[in-house]
Amino acid sequence: MKKNTLELVVGLFMVAGLLAFGYLALKLGEVSLWGDSRRYTLTAEFDNVSGVKKGASVQISGVVVGEVIGVDLSEDHLALVTLRIDKRLQVPADSIASVKSQGIVGDKYIQLSLGGDDEILSEGGLLTETESAIDIESLISKFAFGSAK
Amino acid sequence: MNGPAIEFREVLKVFPKRSGGVQTVLDKVSFSIPTGKTTVIAGGSGQGKSVTLKLILCLMRADAGRIFVHGQDVTDIEGKALEDLRTRFGVLFQGAALFDSLTVYENVSLPLRERTKKTEKEIGDQVGVTLERLGLTGHEGKYPAQLSGGMRKRVGLARALQLKPEILLFDEPTTGLDPVMTQDIYRLFAETQAQEGFSSIIVSHDIPKIFSLADQVIILNEGKMDVFTSPEEIQLSRQEHIREFVRTTMGEIYQSHLVER
Amino acid sequence: MQNNPIARLGDTGVYVLQDLGRMTFFLLKAFRGVFRRPFRFREVLRQVHFIGAGSLTVIICTAATTGMVLGLQGFYSLNKFGAEGWLGSAVSLSLIMELGPVLTALMVAGRAGSAMCAELGIMRISDQIDALDCMAIDPFRYLISPKFLAALFSVPLLTAVFDVVGIAGGYVAGVTLMGVSPGSYIESMQASVTNHDLRLGIIKSFVFGLLVVWICTGRGYFVWEIRGAGFGAESVSRVTTQAVVMSSITVLVFDYLLTAVLL
Repeated sequence: MKKNTLELVVGLFMVAGLLAFGYLALKLGEVSLWGDSRRYTLTAEFDNVSGVKKGASVQISGVVVGEVIGVDLSEDHLALVTLRIDKRLQVPADSIASVKSQGIVGDKYIQLSLGGDDEILSEGGLLTETESAIDIESLISKFAFGSAK
Repeated sequence: MNGPAIEFREVLKVFPKRSGGVQTVLDKVSFSIPTGKTTVIAGGSGQGKSVTLKLILCLMRADAGRIFVHGQDVTDIEGKALEDLRTRFGVLFQGAALFDSLTVYENVSLPLRERTKKTEKEIGDQVGVTLERLGLTGHEGKYPAQLSGGMRKRVGLARALQLKPEILLFDEPTTGLDPVMTQDIYRLFAETQAQEGFSSIIVSHDIPKIFSLADQVIILNEGKMDVFTSPEEIQLSRQEHIREFVRTTMGEIYQSHLVER
Repeated sequence: MQNNPIARLGDTGVYVLQDLGRMTFFLLKAFRGVFRRPFRFREVLRQVHFIGAGSLTVIICTAATTGMVLGLQGFYSLNKFGAEGWLGSAVSLSLIMELGPVLTALMVAGRAGSAMCAELGIMRISDQIDALDCMAIDPFRYLISPKFLAALFSVPLLTAVFDVVGIAGGYVAGVTLMGVSPGSYIESMQASVTNHDLRLGIIKSFVFGLLVVWICTGRGYFVWEIRGAGFGAESVSRVTTQAVVMSSITVLVFDYLLTAVLL
C-alpha cells in the first residue's frame, strides 16, 4: 500500500506538471498541434523595409492573416521579405504589399491589399507590387527645408 | 594465505595546519599485520588511529611510502581494482554507520543486493543465519534509530560480515557502550572470527578489555609506532610515552588484570 | 588562521579555487553515476516524490500570491497609460521569463535543497558515506545521481505549474477584482508570449534545478572540507544554511547571465 501511494503521488505530480507545460506550449506558444501545414509561403520585394522584423504580422484590413518569417537582401539588392500566410487565403498576383506602422512609433507590419487578377499566387510566389516604408526622416526634412513642391 | 595481511612500508601522512605548516600524523611508519590474527591499534585521540584505518581502506592516500594488502600494492589503486579490494574488507564503523532510512534487514542485506547476483531468497537465507547468530532475530523490521548502541554495533557487524571479508576492521568498537555490552560485542566478535577465520584490526583506546583478543598491539604516538606482542611487554617498556600511556589509559584495571594472571 | 592579511587573502583564494575544483569533480561524478548500473529507479521515484510532488503546495501558494500581486501592481501601472488591456501580457511575460523559474528554484532550494544537504551531511559525519565506499557501492550512483535526475526532472515541471497558477492568480486579481476584460487579458497574453520566451523559461528552470541540486548535495557531501563549518551536528547546520544561501545567490546571478545571453 505504501509503495502504491508513492507511485500515485508521483504520477499526480507528473500529470499536473505536464498539463501546465501543455497549457503554456499550446495556448501561449506558437506551437499548433497540426504543425505549420495550414500556412504557405510568399515573398515580396521592397525598396526599403526599415523597421520590419521577423515575427511582424501580415494584415488584411486590420485582420492578422500571417507573419513575417524572414527579411533578406535579394540578388539585385532589394529587400526580400518572406511571409507565412493562412492557406485559406487566396492572394491574386497583382496584390499590393505595403509596410505600415501601428501608430507613429508603433511596430511595423505588412499590409496586403488584394488585387483582382485571375492568377492566384501559390507556394513560394513573388509579390512584385509593393510600397516601401515611409521614411519619416526624409519626410520631416522635406517639410523643414521646404524642398517639397 | 601466506605473508602478512597488511603491510605498511615507510608510510608518511601529513595534514596542513590552519596556522600554516603541517602536522605529521604518521611519520614513515612500517608495520605488518599477520593473517588470521587480531591486531589492536591503540593510542590517544588525534594520534592517527582512524587515519591508519582510512589509509588501509584507501579512503585517504598516503603522502609517501607504500601499503600492501596480501602482497598487492594498493597505494595508488583506482577504479575497478579499488572496488574489488574493498569487497575484501569488512568494516564496522565507530557509530556503526547504519543507513537511517533502511531497516535492519535492508541494512544487512545491502552489500549482497548491490554487490552480488544472489536471488532474494538466497539473500534472505544468508542474512537470516547471520542475524540469528548475532542475536538479532526479531529485529529485522526496526530502523537504526529504534535500536540501542549495542544492537547497532551488532547490526554493523552483521553487515560487515555479509561479503565474507578476508580482513575485518573495527573502529572503536566499544565507545558509548556499557561494560556488559562491551563484553558482549567482544564475545560475538571472537566467536565469528573463530568461525570465519578472518584477519582483524581493532582500533581502540580500550586496551585492557581486548587483551584477551589481541595477538599484537600497536601503539601510536606522535607519528611513531611501537609494536608489542604481549601486555607484559607494554607494561615493562622503558619508553617514557608508553609508560605515560599505560598510566593514563590502563591504570588500575590493568594492574588487577596482571595480578589475576 | 594567518595573521598577515595578505597571506590570509592568499589562503582564501586557494581555498575558493580548491572548492570550485572539488565541486566540478563532484558534478562530473554525479553525471557518471547516472550511467552506472544497477540503476536505482525506485530511488529516483522517491526523490521526485520528495523534490517535485512535495514542493507542489508551496509552489502553488507562492505562485498564486505572486500572480495576484503582479495583477494588482500591473493594473496600477498600466492604468496610468490607459493600457490595462495589456495586463495579461505583462503578467505572463514576467512569470514565464523571470519569476516562474527564479521563485521555483528558490522555493526548491529552501525546501528540498536544505533537506538534501542535511541528509548528506549527516551521512558524512556518521560515516555512512564511507561505509558505502567500503562496500564498494558508489555513493554517487547510490545517493547523489538519483537526486540530480529527480531535480532536473521536477524543477521544470514545477516551474510550469508555477507559471500557470501565477497567470491564473493574475487573472483573479486583474479581471475578477479590477475589472479588466477577460478577453483582452487572454488575448494580450497569447499575442505577446512567443516560443522564444517559453524556451528561455524552460532553459532557466533546467539550469536553476541543476544549480540547486548541485550546490546543496555538494555542500552536504563535502561537509568536512568546508572552512569554518566546525564539527559534528553544528557543522551540518552551518553547511545547510550555507548551501541554501549559496544556491539562492547563484540562481539569481545565473538568472541575470542567462537573460543577458539568451534574451
